[in-house]
Amino acid sequence: MTTNPRTLYQKIWDAHVVDTRDDGTCLIYIDRHIVHEVTSPQAFEGLRAAGRTVRRPDLTLAVPDHNLPTTARRDAQGNVLPIADPQSATQLAALRQNAPEFGIRYIDATDREQGIVHVVGPEQGFSLPGATIVCGDSHTACHGGIGALAFGIGTTEVEHVLATQTLLLKQSKTMEVRVEGKLGAGVTPKDVILHVIGVIGTAGGTGYVIEYRGNVFEEMSIEGRLTVCNMSIEGGARAGLVAPDEKTFEYLKGRPYTPTGEDWDKAVAWWTSLATDEGASFDKSVSIRAEDIQPTVTWGTSPEDVSGIGGVVPAPEDFADASKRDAVKVSLDYMGLTPGTKLTDVAVENVFIGSCTNSRIEDIRAAAEVLKGRKKANNVKWAIVVPGSGLVKEQAEAEGLDKIITDAGLEWREPGCSACLAMNPDKVPPGERCASTSNRNFTGRQGPGSRTHLMSPAMAAAAAVTGKLTDVRELVG
Amino acid sequence: MEPINHVAGRAIPFGRKNVDTDVIIPAHWLKTITREGLGEGAFEAVKKEPGNVFTDPEFAGAPILIAGDNFGCGSSREHAAWALLDMGVTCVIAPSFSDIFSGNAFKNGILTVALPQEAIDRLMEVARTDPIDIDLETQTVTTPFQDRFTFDIDPFRKHCLENGLDEVGLTMAQADAIGAHEAKAKVDLPFLARTPATVN
Repeated sequence: MTTNPRTLYQKIWDAHVVDTRDDGTCLIYIDRHIVHEVTSPQAFEGLRAAGRTVRRPDLTLAVPDHNLPTTARRDAQGNVLPIADPQSATQLAALRQNAPEFGIRYIDATDREQGIVHVVGPEQGFSLPGATIVCGDSHTACHGGIGALAFGIGTTEVEHVLATQTLLLKQSKTMEVRVEGKLGAGVTPKDVILHVIGVIGTAGGTGYVIEYRGNVFEEMSIEGRLTVCNMSIEGGARAGLVAPDEKTFEYLKGRPYTPTGEDWDKAVAWWTSLATDEGASFDKSVSIRAEDIQPTVTWGTSPEDVSGIGGVVPAPEDFADASKRDAVKVSLDYMGLTPGTKLTDVAVENVFIGSCTNSRIEDIRAAAEVLKGRKKANNVKWAIVVPGSGLVKEQAEAEGLDKIITDAGLEWREPGCSACLAMNPDKVPPGERCASTSNRNFTGRQGPGSRTHLMSPAMAAAAAVTGKLTDVRELVG
Repeated sequence: MEPINHVAGRAIPFGRKNVDTDVIIPAHWLKTITREGLGEGAFEAVKKEPGNVFTDPEFAGAPILIAGDNFGCGSSREHAAWALLDMGVTCVIAPSFSDIFSGNAFKNGILTVALPQEAIDRLMEVARTDPIDIDLETQTVTTPFQDRFTFDIDPFRKHCLENGLDEVGLTMAQADAIGAHEAKAKVDLPFLARTPATVN
């Protein structure tokens, strides 16, 4: 092992190399594998066809999330309600059958621990600092918030990990994203990551693993770090990391899968040693002043299409790159926006507060703070708050947040991925706009023809109240 | 997996930049438990655009797709690769690809060829009327007009593609090395090597 100064990423990588090929490809050991219903059926089918088993079912956790309706899962008598969509039902049933068949732990849709895989992993202490974590979902980058090397994989890779507990990978380049200074009022972790993506672009991180550094991330809560790392993939990076610290250990201690006793002490000592060494170098560095970040929204159909809420819809001519100009033209047409329009003049008919990016208790609290004592605007037809897990839901209800939300006229739902990708019945109608706390504003992402504006939970709550994109600082001072 | 050595035929001149996997195959097509039949849903929204290349009979069944920068960004869904295969595409040419997509493509025997934008511009022009030829052995893309572009490819990937090798089977042959790593981790990093229910 080298004695040269190393980055956090290099240290985790080095601890997981099983084998190195001449061309530099490494066989990397995977510590934790989370499986959901959408990207796993073909992987299990592949195992069955080849007569293969799961190498480490004890390091694998299956949770349904993408397809689940967010309406009640049981009737008044406590009977489990059927899933209406036959294809969704088939996929959910496949996971329910595959997990026990291959000896994998499984959290059912009706269990209180169920939730979005990227909320459940850290919440259960299944995700740990310094661990390699994969899941057939690109937002696995999320778990980097607790200092894990976590990334999304395709279904064939899911099969590869199930069978071998390893992946064939080449070491990524490293990028440091440093944000320093003092964040202004109303500026949340979501605004930070949207701003970062605006700076580096959606392909800026391709081939890199990002480490988020600087006092802004050091001072940020664990849930905030999860939000930031979650959207690393929107900047093109397969993984994002924040060095684990006392806050991380405090967050994880006592969770169901968190190590205990001697293992815990040993873990904390190792986790502490993972921080990037003084003098370690990054292949690329980006530095951002915290003071430059405003409450941020997207206006286009790419997550890099961001603006401070005080801005206007840009014109294609504002962009130097010819292909970006064409893309902006197409996306403004899709979004139904005219250049020069003030963003705060853009009305929304739908509000979605949820997704693996923003559905944890701090997100629900932030939304409730804005909604408290206020009412949803009349032009907002559909507004739902979808907690990230059953445990987040319980916590929010214990704090009375559900009451604040429903009093304001928003719906309080059951946990799942929901309108982030509209695989379940939660969809934004064609041509309508949605103020959304999710992570992708792609064409058709929230339903065919849907128009998405990404923002923080507080900003989405503000939009629900005023019926248009709104600077939350005008509501909460 | 089908071995792939040579791809020749018409190429769909799409050319668009930042094509995300939601565009390649929208989420409502992901409710499948098999790998087949996704070609129908491929580029569903684009197919509704007037004059689009995907419904143009000229390019029906074309084995090659030409796209812009950052092809396959966004969601990790392997369905994007399956959808391309199902529509008959076995090679995508673009200036760059997202990391996850290029891995998924490779694992399904789809060749991804990265070429500079100038080469893409030229191929887009040729593709309108004529076929394109990609040779994996010599790592070249050629046209009937004597254009010749060479591309880089990871030697391991090249080997697997040419021989149609199954990566899972290859790795399972390294079970001893994996077992040795697990034994060492049990001592050095016991908190990662097991989860509480498996302690003892």
